[in-house]
Parts: sequence; structure tokens; C-alpha cells
Amino acid sequence: MYNQTEIIKDTTELGPEGELVINIGPQHPATHGVLHLVVTLNGETIKKIEPHLGYIHRSIEKMCESLTYRQFIYVTSRMDYLSSHINNTACALLIEKGLQIEVPERAKVVRTILNELTRIASHELWIGAMAMDLGAFTPFFYAFREREMITDIMEDTCGARLTMNYIVPGGLMYDIHPDFQTKVKAFVKQFKEKVTEYEDLVTGNIIFQSRTKGVGVLTAQDAISYGCTGPVARASGVSCDMRKIAPYDAYDRVEFDEVIETTGDSFARYIVRVKEMNQSIRIIEQLIDNIPEGEFVGKTKNVLKLAKGEFYQRVETARGELGIYIVSEGATTPYRIKFRSPGFSNLSVLNHIAKGSKIGDLMATMGTLDLVIPDIDR
Amino acid sequence: MTNEAIKEYITTIAPEAIFDETGEWLTITVESNQLKPMATALNEQPMQMDFLFCLTCVDYKTHLTMVYHLTATTNRIINLVLKANVDRANPTIETVSAIWRTAEFHEREVFEMFGVQFLNHPDLRNLILEDETAIAVDEKKESVNEQKGYWPLRKDFEDPINMIKL
Repeated sequence: MYNQTEIIKDTTELGPEGELVINIGPQHPATHGVLHLVVTLNGETIKKIEPHLGYIHRSIEKMCESLTYRQFIYVTSRMDYLSSHINNTACALLIEKGLQIEVPERAKVVRTILNELTRIASHELWIGAMAMDLGAFTPFFYAFREREMITDIMEDTCGARLTMNYIVPGGLMYDIHPDFQTKVKAFVKQFKEKVTEYEDLVTGNIIFQSRTKGVGVLTAQDAISYGCTGPVARASGVSCDMRKIAPYDAYDRVEFDEVIETTGDSFARYIVRVKEMNQSIRIIEQLIDNIPEGEFVGKTKNVLKLAKGEFYQRVETARGELGIYIVSEGATTPYRIKFRSPGFSNLSVLNHIAKGSKIGDLMATMGTLDLVIPDIDR
Repeated sequence: MTNEAIKEYITTIAPEAIFDETGEWLTITVESNQLKPMATALNEQPMQMDFLFCLTCVDYKTHLTMVYHLTATTNRIINLVLKANVDRANPTIETVSAIWRTAEFHEREVFEMFGVQFLNHPDLRNLILEDETAIAVDEKKESVNEQKGYWPLRKDFEDPINMIKL
């Protein structure tokens, strides 16, 4: 990584007077993980941002090469830990596609509900953390009040609050908790009452607006070129929702809108995520009363072997498009596996959109990119 | 655009291109020196494959294969896989980071994990792993991979310290 003495040496060599190199991270409250940014400043203006990654690199791709198709799913929960259900779904879908496994309707619907609950939980955490980065402490508690209800539902359903490991090839690991429907309905009811509180507290807040409007503007063209996906790209007017483009599970039978804003600034990214939570609630409401009876897991062989060839599966996580690329040689383990994580591409745009702005605005830009470091480092 | 039309169009740019339709998407394999012109042509009219959603490399023990997954944001139905084989002993290929900016980070990752040299890349350094000077200090790892080079995602990489295999 970046050597401390090197940094001091660098600053003397940088030339023009008044230029300053500062380190943000690896341990910094606003990076939400071990991200290290080397920021070159001219006064208070950002000249260059260089991300240094790898503090939480576990070489998940290499590890997966020696894990079977049943085992490697559990590692993916540790990538983007805020969308672990969705990561697991992506793996399960890929194997089901490769082996043509029939997934029971019940499993499909439950998966969709859980994926949307995960999305809401992730966005809730993001709202709280991002508002805290910008100096507002209270939204954190408001957001966690509702997020707690979701984690309780998850705990009932699969025994875990963070790394779920509940979705397996063919369906679900076990059936849902008997209280699942009542608890989800209670959550939906509470969320709909309380979501206006966020609007009152954050959206209309003049300080929040002046700190985010016009900050970190990303054009649609750049969003496409830099491979941005998820709310980051949608805030710039790029339609990229995998749930619409290539529907999986039960997304083809529910009605929801793809939220698109066009201004591309930090405020637009905020608005997209808030509106997305409402769309997730809409999806849950359509499905929660219609969970079909029947099996929760399809018939699969004990030992799974993908045929020789290549497989690719894309899903929409809370942060964007997660792609899993598997090269199989016909064995029980993947020959090569690549996780195209949304955060990695979204991070690469940071230098481009933060360059020329003030250092104080960096927190708003970085916060609204919604970076999860284990997802970037893998 | 159907697969047949795409194939016809691509043959006009690179007559030696090899097509494979066994997978989910049409796969095009070109020579490594043909990759940059091919990528440039795909990014322009009429294909407009402006979205590079995945860039990676696969080690086939005899050679390395660069894999580019492309789609068009104006026409999301079309997905293409572009491939180019590179020599394993001396892997070099032209960068595509000027066409798709996202390639800049992805190529840096491939560079450190597989040792592929990207020509004309704006900033080809390690992104995730420690830089080369720090690796040299780690003598134990160095000695095992001395002959092969320190490229973790290649198939012959061995790590005596951390568990990477079961």
C-alpha cells in the first residue's frame, strides 16, 4: 500500500506551492470501511483522487475456484454484506440456469420479497450513514428504527441478521417462519407511516439541499462510459434496472416503476434511493398475500456439476448490477469465477466527478455513491 | 439486430473472427492485435455497444484469454462477448480504456492478478495488491513464485502463507 514516507516525499516533489496531499482513510468515519483515498488538494479544491484498495481483499474469486457450487454461495454473502440475499440469489440463479433446475413458485415469490426487504434495509442504512456524514445525526436513529424490523424478520426467517445464506440452488434452504407474513405486513404498515418523516427531516432540509444540489454531477454519457449502474446511473438518467431488463424470480409478474432522475447530482442520487424504497414496498405489497403453497425447494442432485461452458448471471443489488461470470470445465468446482461488483465501477467514477469541487463536498459525493468496501475489494 | 446480421457485420471488420453461439450470448474471438480496432468499431454505429459491463481474464494454462462483456444502452437486448487470446509468457494487449473508461480500473485489476500488460494504459499500477517493492520484502512468497511471477489468479500460483485452496 501507500508508504507513509513516500507520501511525504511526494508532496515535496509535487511542484507548485500550495498543493497538499492528504489521506482519507483507511480508517475514516466517512469511508464506511477500509477505503484509502489519496487526495491531492490545491487549497481546498480537489485536483486528484486516487483510491487505494485491498485492505479487505480476501481473493474471493480464487477461493471460489476450490469451493463446490453449493459452497461458494456462502462466500458471496461476505462481499456486499448489505445485499447478501441478493448476492445469494444471483449465485442460485446462475446454477439453476446452468442445470435447468425448476424452481417452485413459492421459492420464487419468497426470494423476491426477501430481495426487496434487503434493498430497503440497505437504503435505510445508507440514508442514516450518509446523513451522518453530512452532519445530521438524527436520521440515523429514524432509519435504524425501521431497519431493525427488517433484521428481525430476517432473523426469524434464516437465523442471521447480516450474512443470510438462506437461498440455495433450487429454492430456499428451509420454509419461511409462520409469522413471516404478519411481520412483513406490520413492517409495511409502519414504513408507510414513517417514510414521510425522512422527507420532513432530510429531503426538505435546506442545509441538506444546499450541500447536495449541484454537487458531484455525473452526466449520462460518463455514467455509461464508467460502467456505473444502480441508483448512481439512474440518477443521471440511464435506464439500467436489471429487474426490468432481464427479469428473474417473480419480477416479471409485479408492477413497479424504474425510478429515473436526470440531474445527476448528489441530491438526485438521494431522491432515487428514497423513491426506490417506496417501489420496493409496492412490490412486497403485491406479493405478500399471494405466496403460493407448495414446495420451497426444487429437486436437485446432491453433487452439482455445471456443463463445460460459460455462464453469466446479472441481478440488481441495492448498489447496482452484480454480474457473476463462471467458466466451467465440467467439474464440481468452477474453473474461473469473476464477480463484477457494482461498487467497483461506481468507485472508479469518483475522481472524475469530485475533481474541481471543494474537499467538503467530497463527503456528499462519496456518501451518495454508496460504496461498500468488501464489495469493491472482494 | 439478429445474430446473423451481427456476424455479417463483424466479418466485414475482421474476416478472421471466430464465432461461438453455444453460450447464452454470441461470442466473438479475435486476434489480440485486432482487439482495439474491433472494440472501436463495436462502440460506434451501427452497433453502439457503449456499455462494457464486465472485463476479465481467464487462465487456460496454455494461454490467457481476455473477456469483454458488452451491451448497448440504447438496445439492451443485444449482448456480446468479445474475446482475445494472449500469450501466457509475454501477455500484452492494447488497452480499451480510451473507449470505455470503466476499463481503466478493470484492466489494472487484470494487470496485477494475471500480469497482462496493457499498452497505452494511462495509469497501469497495482490497485488491490501491495506494490511490487512490498512483495519483494515477502521473501517466502517470492521464493515459491519466483519462476512464475507473482500473479495470484493464475492457475499455477501458490501461496505458502494464506489458505487459498482447500
